[in-house]
Parts: sequence; C-alpha cells; structure tokens
Amino acid sequence: MKKNRIFALLSAVLFVLLSFTGCGQSYVPAEWEIPYSDSVDWKKFADAGITLNVYNWGEYIAIADGEEESFDTIAEFEALTGISVNYTNFSSNEEMYAKLKSGGTSYDIIIPSDYMISRMINEGMLQQLNFDNIPNFQNIQEDLKNPGYDSTGSYSVPYMWGTVGIIYNKTKVDEPAEKIASWDILWNEKYAGNILMFSNSRDAFAIALMKLGYSFNTTDEKEIREAFDALKEQKPLVQAYVMDEIYDKMGGGEAAVAPYYAGDAIVMMRDNPDLEFVVPKEGTNRFVDAMCIPVGAANKEAAELFINFMCEDLVGLKNCEYIGYATPNVNVMNLLDDEIKNNPIIYPDKEVLDNSDYFVALPAEITLLIDNLWTELMSSANGVDIWLLPILVGVAIVVSALLIFIRTKKKARNNY
Amino acid sequence: MNRRSRYSAFPYLLWMSVFIIVPLILILVFAFTTTVKFDNTGNRLTNDQAAELIADWEASGKAGDFPVKEKFYFTFDNIIQVGNYSSTLINSVILASIATVICLFLGYPFAYMVSRMRVSRQKIMIMFIMLPMWMNFLLRTYAWMTLLEKNGWINRFLELFGIGPFEMINTQGAVVLGMIYNFLPYMILPLYSVMTKIDDHTIEAAYDLGANRVKALTKVILPLSMPGIASGITMVFVPAVSTFIISKLLGGGTNMLIGDLIELQFLGNTYNPHLGSAISLVLLVFVLLCISVTNQLDSDKTEGVLL
Repeated sequence: MKKNRIFALLSAVLFVLLSFTGCGQSYVPAEWEIPYSDSVDWKKFADAGITLNVYNWGEYIAIADGEEESFDTIAEFEALTGISVNYTNFSSNEEMYAKLKSGGTSYDIIIPSDYMISRMINEGMLQQLNFDNIPNFQNIQEDLKNPGYDSTGSYSVPYMWGTVGIIYNKTKVDEPAEKIASWDILWNEKYAGNILMFSNSRDAFAIALMKLGYSFNTTDEKEIREAFDALKEQKPLVQAYVMDEIYDKMGGGEAAVAPYYAGDAIVMMRDNPDLEFVVPKEGTNRFVDAMCIPVGAANKEAAELFINFMCEDLVGLKNCEYIGYATPNVNVMNLLDDEIKNNPIIYPDKEVLDNSDYFVALPAEITLLIDNLWTELMSSANGVDIWLLPILVGVAIVVSALLIFIRTKKKARNNY
Repeated sequence: MNRRSRYSAFPYLLWMSVFIIVPLILILVFAFTTTVKFDNTGNRLTNDQAAELIADWEASGKAGDFPVKEKFYFTFDNIIQVGNYSSTLINSVILASIATVICLFLGYPFAYMVSRMRVSRQKIMIMFIMLPMWMNFLLRTYAWMTLLEKNGWINRFLELFGIGPFEMINTQGAVVLGMIYNFLPYMILPLYSVMTKIDDHTIEAAYDLGANRVKALTKVILPLSMPGIASGITMVFVPAVSTFIISKLLGGGTNMLIGDLIELQFLGNTYNPHLGSAISLVLLVFVLLCISVTNQLDSDKTEGVLL
C-alpha cells in the first residue's frame, strides 16, 4: 500500500527513460503457465476503442521490469481485450479522494482502502457492481465477500490485504518477546529517540487507541482525547513522524522500532536480517485495498471486465508475487509457494485476525477533531494566543498600505 | 507600446488569466464560504443526516434524483479558524526569515566576487550555482536526509575523529538548512545580475575620492545592488515560508510549517478546501507584506529586477 516513495520516483524516471529508448518495441505477452479462464468474453470490447482510466497506489501492480518472463499486468490486459488503459498512481487515500471530490477527472477503476471505501459509499461516490460481469468474484475468500467497510458487499472487490505490526531491530531492542509484542514498546523510554511513528493522523491515533485498549473506530470524544494525551506523552521519545521513510530509516538502522505494514516488512527483513516483525497482542488494524467503480465512470462494463481480469488466477498470482501483500483470492493462495503461503507475517493465523479490525469511516466531526488535535501535536510552539494572528495580519496589511502610500507620494513629488 | 507588441503579449495574458487570476478568485471564494448540504425540498442537513438519506436512496434502488445537494454559503468562520494555527504560521515566518538572512550573508559576498571575475570564469561559476537546480528538488532534499541522519555520512565521518554523533536531523536547524540549500541560488542569481552592471570605474572613483573599503561598500556597492537584494529576499523568503516537503523530510514531522498545514487540509483525513484556502489567503497577506517591504528598499533607485 504505502511503498517507498523514492522508489516510485526513481522508477517513474526510469520508466520515462525506458519509454523513450524503447520506442517501437511493444510488450510481447509470453506463454504463461496458467491460461485465462473463458468464463467471460474477453474480446467483447475489442473494437469499441475504449480507454479505461485506472487509478491505483504507486508500486501496486506487477509491471515488466525488463527481465524476461516478467509479467506486465496492464500490457497483458490490453493484449487480451483490445481495451487501452490509462494507468495513474496516487500516494494516499486522501489524495485520491481529494482528486475525485474536486471533480474534473473521470476514473473507471479506483483501488482505495477500506475506510475510504465506506466513506465514499456514505457520500454516494461509488457505483454498485454487476457481479454477473465479474464471475471470478467467487474465488474471493468468504470473510472478505461482505466485509465491514462494505457491508452489503456490492461496491468493492478486494485486491490485497495486510496487517499493521511492529518492526524492530533485534540488535537494538533488548526485551522479552511478550514485551515487544505490545504497542507499549512505542512508549518505552529506553528507546527514546529511536522510535518512529506514523505521520498520518488516523494511523497514529489508531495505535494510541489500541494501546489504551479502545477501538480505533471509536466516536467517543473522551477516548480520543485520552489517545491524544498518550501521543503527547510519546512525542519526546519519537525520533520522527514518517510514512514511507520508515523503509529507509529501519533498513539503515537509523531507528530501533516502528509500526509498519506486514507486506513491506517482509521486503525490509530480506534486506536487513536484523529486523523482525511482530503483531501486538492488543490487536491490530487489518487493511484491505479493494477495486471500486466511482460514479461518473465512462465505461462501467469494461471496468468490470478489468476487475474480473485482476481476479484471474494468473494475474492475481503475478501481482501477489510482485507486491508481497496477502491475496484475498483463494485460488491464487493455493498457487503460491509454500514458503509464502505459510509465512505467519503475511498470512497471520486466525487468532491474530480475530483480534484485528478494519478501519471504518468516522463521522465528519470526529475526523475534524482528530485532525485538529494532530495539528496541535505536530506544531512545535504552543500556547500562542489565537488573537495574535489576526492582529499580525492587520498590522501586515496596514504596513503594506502605508508603504504603498509613501511610495506613491514620493513618486508624485519626484514628478514635480 | 505599439499595437503589435500588445498582440504578442496576448498568449501570456491568456495564460495569466486562466492559471493565475482564476485560481486566485477560486481561493477567495473557497476561503469565504462553507459547504452546506440540503435535501431536495431545501432543508438543511447535517453530515450524518445526509449519509442516511443517501443510504436510503441506495436501498430503494436509486429511485428518483440524488437526495443530497451541496451549496456554498458565505462565512467568516474559516478565516477566524486560521487563528488557531498562529503558532505554526509564526514558526514558518521565523524559520523562513532566518533562512533568508543566512542566504543573503552567504550569497552577497559570493555574488560580488563572481561579478568581478573574467566573463569566462563568471559563466563557469554561475553554472556551478545552477548545477544543483538541474536535479529534482525532492531528490536533493532526500540526499540531505542520508547525510544528516544519526548513521548518516556526516556523523560517520566525524566518528573517525572520535567526535559526535550529533543530533542533526529532525531539528529546526535541519529545516533551515534545507531551505538555505534549496533556495540559495535564487538569492545569488538576482544579486549577480545586478552587480555585473556596477561599473568598476564607479568603485575606483570612490577610492579616488578618498573612500576606504568599508565606505566604498556602504556608499557605492550596497546602494547600487539594492534592487538585487530586494528581489533576492523576495525570491528566497516567499518559497521558503510556504514550503512543505522540507519540513517533512528534514524536520521529522514535528516541525510543522504553514505549508504542511495547507497540505493537510487538502490531502489529510478531513478534506477541507475551505480552511485550506483561508490559510493560503492569510499566507498571501504575509507574502505581499514581504514584497512591499523589499520593494521599498529600491524605491528611489532603479526599478526592481526579478532575475
């Protein structure tokens, strides 16, 4: 979900360079070991000249990396169906939401996370899907067919899921295992200056609420204020509030402990063997990113064809191997290597999952409260009178006006 | 101005009106309004009521029109709310001012030195100033991160001599450093372009008339380079006060600047373009003040130059 941004940037640069050098050579689909199913007519829109606008997280789809036998999802889809795809990226749910909300753009497929899906359903921004066009939906695991964020299960088809846990450096954290497996470790004074924290208000408050034993979907103002106090207490211990940078900072041994996503943790542990990942005993946040069709999509049926394509065994497998997150597709799960399939970090056992929960959309006044408290937490100087600013602005305007006045006076005098 | 030159300015005038004037008006509109939801009979709704209505409408199989309408209402609330963020704004102004002053002190002697060189040398020096600007802003700032970190290159180098490690990243100092590094060329270039126009003979004349080095500087060079100082200050202060990514990468997230706050309104959990626009508007007032003050610096000499 939140892959390394610098990576995305570099690969974007590389992509541009490659697309210049590689002019004229187009992607040739290889013979893949798993055939596409024939449950739908893939060629239905082959001659319609349709372009689908797909809006997804950065680094969140399998692309050809120049090596042989590498799978390029978009090119495969274009070759199979004759539909062209305009593929664009976002780096946060909120960015995607702001873009859709401000209008002017039309997307056919978006892949937001759980809480954003429920918020968009509440605001009437998503269309109900026609599952007759998505026969592969039957391969999705049962508990994700009508999850909490989309209780009727009619707006979204899960793409990937994962959990949030604690990633720590074994050489720097010296604690018994059960003490590490708790959100309290992020409040441990022994690691002052070595703790990283999420820089996203919702995620940060969720961790504080879980530490206190509350639900992170709480709408109780008192509980949220308690979480705020906990975050305030944590602030002196925190080295930095970051998101994607956790990748570099933990990988480079810059910090000792941080919260992060399971799928990315696997990659980090591969790069730096000192790192270890654990899901806290208080429970955690399970996230799902799912494919949806927003209101205003130009080609709904073709978009459903794309969603069905993404749920194909081959496509699901290639994407899952590329991204490293957990797949919701039962068929794909069976095709995975045993090593991945049985990895408790990616696919935690039932006990952990039962103890975890999805984010749901919060009422507007609660999100506002959280964001305001967050801003208060993040601003370094405190206790400034709120009237100071209006006074300063007033002074600024008066001084500007005065200067302009003096200037024109002077000019008038010089003209004599 | 003859007629033809007026026509040739037309493409930019069009550009300016579409991409500068219209967005400014939009900011004004957003800053002084708030979105209110209504149902189809004209009753005001709270957010929860609106969500309920939409859910009912969905359940009924989307019978009839979409049940919720949005309208803009005039309000001063957003502007008043900006007061809550005074400390952030003041913090940004202070940090940007420090960065601007340091840029001026670093850039001024250097620009003077370059302007007195042979023309071929000047070209090379100016290229060196421009060189970092050829690289992406984000990448450059990211590079500072790896330099300043606790296990970064600077601390590792100092360790060889048994000094450190120093706490450098995630401080206000690091944010100021990032600003200086990124915006220094914008200080040097206008200074340089003004100083190359100062005739050597003017300075020699000052010496001939008995001025010492200090007098020559304060009475001749400084007044003549005033337009460059003015535009240099503007070009450093304005982007520095509104920057957001530098504080995020080098300030560790805890040194929130006004730019971060505006970003949060548009890309944060609470999507509130109205408040975001109001903060932008207040920031605009400070920027205008800065420009009018610096314009004052060269009011009775030459007109200001912008590069």
